[in-house]
Amino acid sequence: MTEFEAVIGLEIHVQLATQTKMFCGCKPVFGEDPNTRTCPTCLGLPGALPVINEAAVDFGMRLGLALGCSLAERSIFHRKNYFYADSPKGYQISQYDEPLCSEGELAGVRINRVHLEDDAAKLVHTSETGRIHGAESSVVDFNRAGTPLAEIVTEPDLRSAAQAREWLQLLRTTVKALNISDVNMEEGSLRCDANISVRPVGQKELATKTELKNMNSFRFVEKGIEAEIERQRILLESGGTVVQETLHFDPRTGSLTALRSKEEAHDYRYFPDPDLLPVSVDSEMVERARAALPELPAARAVRYAETYGFEQELSERLGFEADLGDLFEAVLEIRGKASDPRLAATWVSGEVFSRVEQDAGSAIEASTLAELLELLEGERITTAAARQVLDRVLAEGGSPADIVASEGLEKVGGGDALAAAVEIAIAAHPEAAAKVTAGEHKALGSRRWWRGAQRNPCSPWRRVGFITWLNNPQRQRFHSQRRWSLC
Amino acid sequence: MIDRSEVLHIARLARLSLEETEIEAITAELSSILDHVDQISSLDLEGVEPTAHSVAQSGALRPDVPVESLGKDAVLSQAPATDGSGFEVPSPGGGS
Amino acid sequence: MSSDLTTLSASAASAKVKSGEVDAHELFEQWRERSRLDDLNALSWSADSVPAEIHTGGPLGGVPLGVKDLFCTEGVPSQSGSKILEGYLPPYSATVVDALAAAGAPLLAKTHQDEFAMGSSNENCAFGAVINPWDRGRVPGGSSGGSAAAVAAGLVPWALGTDTGGSIRQPAALCGVVGLKPTYGSVSRYGMIAFASSLDQAGPITNSVADAALLYSQMTGRDVHDSTSVDHPDPVSEVPAADLTGVRIGVPTELSGEGIESGVLDAFNASLELAKSLGATVEPCHLPHAPHALSAYYLIAPAECSSNLARFDGVRYGLRVDPGEGLDAMYGATRSQGFGPEVRRRIMLGTYALSSGYYDAYYGRAQRVRTLISQDFDTAFESFDVIATPTSPCVAFELGSKTDDPLSMYLSDFCTVPMSLAGIPAISIPNGLSEGLPVGLQLVGPAFSENRILGIAASLEAAIGFDGSAARL
Repeated sequence: MTEFEAVIGLEIHVQLATQTKMFCGCKPVFGEDPNTRTCPTCLGLPGALPVINEAAVDFGMRLGLALGCSLAERSIFHRKNYFYADSPKGYQISQYDEPLCSEGELAGVRINRVHLEDDAAKLVHTSETGRIHGAESSVVDFNRAGTPLAEIVTEPDLRSAAQAREWLQLLRTTVKALNISDVNMEEGSLRCDANISVRPVGQKELATKTELKNMNSFRFVEKGIEAEIERQRILLESGGTVVQETLHFDPRTGSLTALRSKEEAHDYRYFPDPDLLPVSVDSEMVERARAALPELPAARAVRYAETYGFEQELSERLGFEADLGDLFEAVLEIRGKASDPRLAATWVSGEVFSRVEQDAGSAIEASTLAELLELLEGERITTAAARQVLDRVLAEGGSPADIVASEGLEKVGGGDALAAAVEIAIAAHPEAAAKVTAGEHKALGSRRWWRGAQRNPCSPWRRVGFITWLNNPQRQRFHSQRRWSLC
Repeated sequence: MIDRSEVLHIARLARLSLEETEIEAITAELSSILDHVDQISSLDLEGVEPTAHSVAQSGALRPDVPVESLGKDAVLSQAPATDGSGFEVPSPGGGS
Repeated sequence: MSSDLTTLSASAASAKVKSGEVDAHELFEQWRERSRLDDLNALSWSADSVPAEIHTGGPLGGVPLGVKDLFCTEGVPSQSGSKILEGYLPPYSATVVDALAAAGAPLLAKTHQDEFAMGSSNENCAFGAVINPWDRGRVPGGSSGGSAAAVAAGLVPWALGTDTGGSIRQPAALCGVVGLKPTYGSVSRYGMIAFASSLDQAGPITNSVADAALLYSQMTGRDVHDSTSVDHPDPVSEVPAADLTGVRIGVPTELSGEGIESGVLDAFNASLELAKSLGATVEPCHLPHAPHALSAYYLIAPAECSSNLARFDGVRYGLRVDPGEGLDAMYGATRSQGFGPEVRRRIMLGTYALSSGYYDAYYGRAQRVRTLISQDFDTAFESFDVIATPTSPCVAFELGSKTDDPLSMYLSDFCTVPMSLAGIPAISIPNGLSEGLPVGLQLVGPAFSENRILGIAASLEAAIGFDGSAARL
């Protein structure tokens, strides 16, 4: 049987977080009362004219640079003519054959172009408003109309749904690092359409593609593309042909439905918007955009892997989440070269992140975390105690050293004394020690026993078990299952 | 020059409903105008750049500074149909 | 009872207000009374009271203004001559209207026009044709026919028009008044209901070159709301009549022979002789691509208008006709019933010119022809200071005589369209009468040469000595 491969290209719309809309001075704020953020220009009133927002051009250039695109010295806005209730002017102003940025690449996927355009209004169908109307009608809210969008178009370089999803996540991370958009799929500030075709492996030319519209989460992007690839594959295997059409993926049912088949072919009658002159980008503007670029996530991850020898997952966690990376570097900076980078990295990406997923990087001061890691690395507290301290710091603030002191969390005995005690205990009870070392902590008794052991570590038997346990690497697994310090 | 089906297609793109009785006349008018303007097809335009604007060649950009929006009342005051918060339109899907 | 202030020219009235001799409120009130004499259907609206505040300290000294219907004026009907905008009250005013009010030209009246500025006779107005005050059986020209007729008839002291392919100059010629189409971009288009964005330009329609210079001097400047607007590198202030000695006048053979009525041609040649007698040199010149200008224009302007007029969809303002069959049916019914036949025709033409498969052959080619036309002018201005042509190939024609033949109507713009495509300034001044009807003389200069052409126009105006009083109501 013929083997097939999928060929996927993405078209991504990113709402730019500028202070004003693409072509007028209205603030693009969301969740406001309908039609309170509009003016003659974004409402398409007679006589109103568009004027290009320089920040949108700047954001577009940053995006282009981040994606390795070349920037056009001169780019042109066209009118894309179509009638719909969400289109205040009867046309969208969008870049067409001379976009701001072209020919870039991100993680092996070629970028065809990045261009700027204005967003449409929001059409609310009356069934959604819950109000009762005699006739079927919809209500238009023009607050969103004119919000700046950057459209990123990739070449068809993706080969699977999972790869598309992963790549889209990297793109989102990259855009987020640029600080030019909220890039939130659920809220619509990041939108993704996919062009999908399937061809026999080895075939060079592209097969007929379909367009999959508006999948509003990363999961749906993957599921939707997967479903469409499967549909096309089955169709081709059964001797059918793929028809070029636009499809909508319903995440609830997993079904694909063709959007209303157009009685007319699209004829957008693109022509240069005569209300606007070409945008000239000079070297000063390019330099300004370049200077505003942060270290990009992919580059940062590579740097962590190369500098500290971190594995891919850890490097990417820190590299792709800028605030985690920042926290990690700040902690290292405070603790100096002698400290263990991996300890700082795992604490930032693991302990801190697992506790505060939202804005983890700003949940704790770098100096506080550095202080805590100092205590841990100096073996003055156990990992268990350190976690306890972290919980306290995140909840109430305060200094780790103070908390350790006031709560009496300092390690029993401490370094050398403890080690000596353990060796004696192991020598005295080889059987139990072997079981503990093998990780069979249950051999050591019930949880009640452990509580007793903690309270009274003086009996030799209890003492060896407890101390051995404390120093056994397996304790971590046990710990993560049951918060020892809390039981 | 232009035939009936093209006229209907163009009218559809432009959202102009034509009466059956006017289609013929419009087809004839457009044809005669197109015949006239078609004289530019005789010009040799090889290597001639198009001009979109004759005077200024590139436009100044607008600083990203918010200005006051119109009030909702002003926005809705000229609307043929509103529900008090937005503009009512017939459903895109079809009639009632 | 004070004297009749409406017989003063706008410049003279302005000077008298500024010197304290005349009260601006009294001046406005007298003009308000005058405007009520309108029986030409020239005005679409006039002020029902004197504004509380008139900026008499401004350069225009409080002389009230007539404004073409298509300029948005806050709270005042702005309909662009169309049923689709009947009674439309904009929430904002055009930049140039605000600027002129601030400079001391308060809004007195709005004037009728061809619908969306498409027409050369003012018969394409949803609110009735405007009548030429020189002959009530004839058209005033268009599309700024209401402004030209109102100024000629003395219903307003001066007025704003707009010119896309001749819409200021041609009606000025047919009504015996002065009309200036400025350099594209020198006046903001913000708030002007668009016809063809790359061509539309506002300008003054007045009784004299001095009035035109005065009004224009307060219209120019870059507007943050119009990115195609620019600062005038040589702003107009007072324009003294130029000494014509040594001024080189070029007469394009393509625009001054075939297709021009003999009476118009006679008046034109007589004025050229006058110019020579004042020391100018007059020689033929060539604009080889000018004969193609009309074709390029009738592709570019409709293409732009087909898109500009898409916003009239019955959703946010204006007419809505809803047959109850969904959104598209509402669009179709609203637009078919809201737009008149000429507007529909041009929307169709423009949609066709932009549609898939035809763009390169029509719109694309027309934009290239535009380049050649601009180059023709550049070449001509290497040898000449100014170019002169008749403004209109004919005098005012009879109402209804061309309405059935769009193409013959389009030919009215034969002499004015090339300058529009090139974006360069051109002025029409009264050039005597032919069979009792006014004839216009057009003077054209390079971009931003308004000072120069206004100066030359002032000299010729004085030499011609046109008397337009017969048109006064």
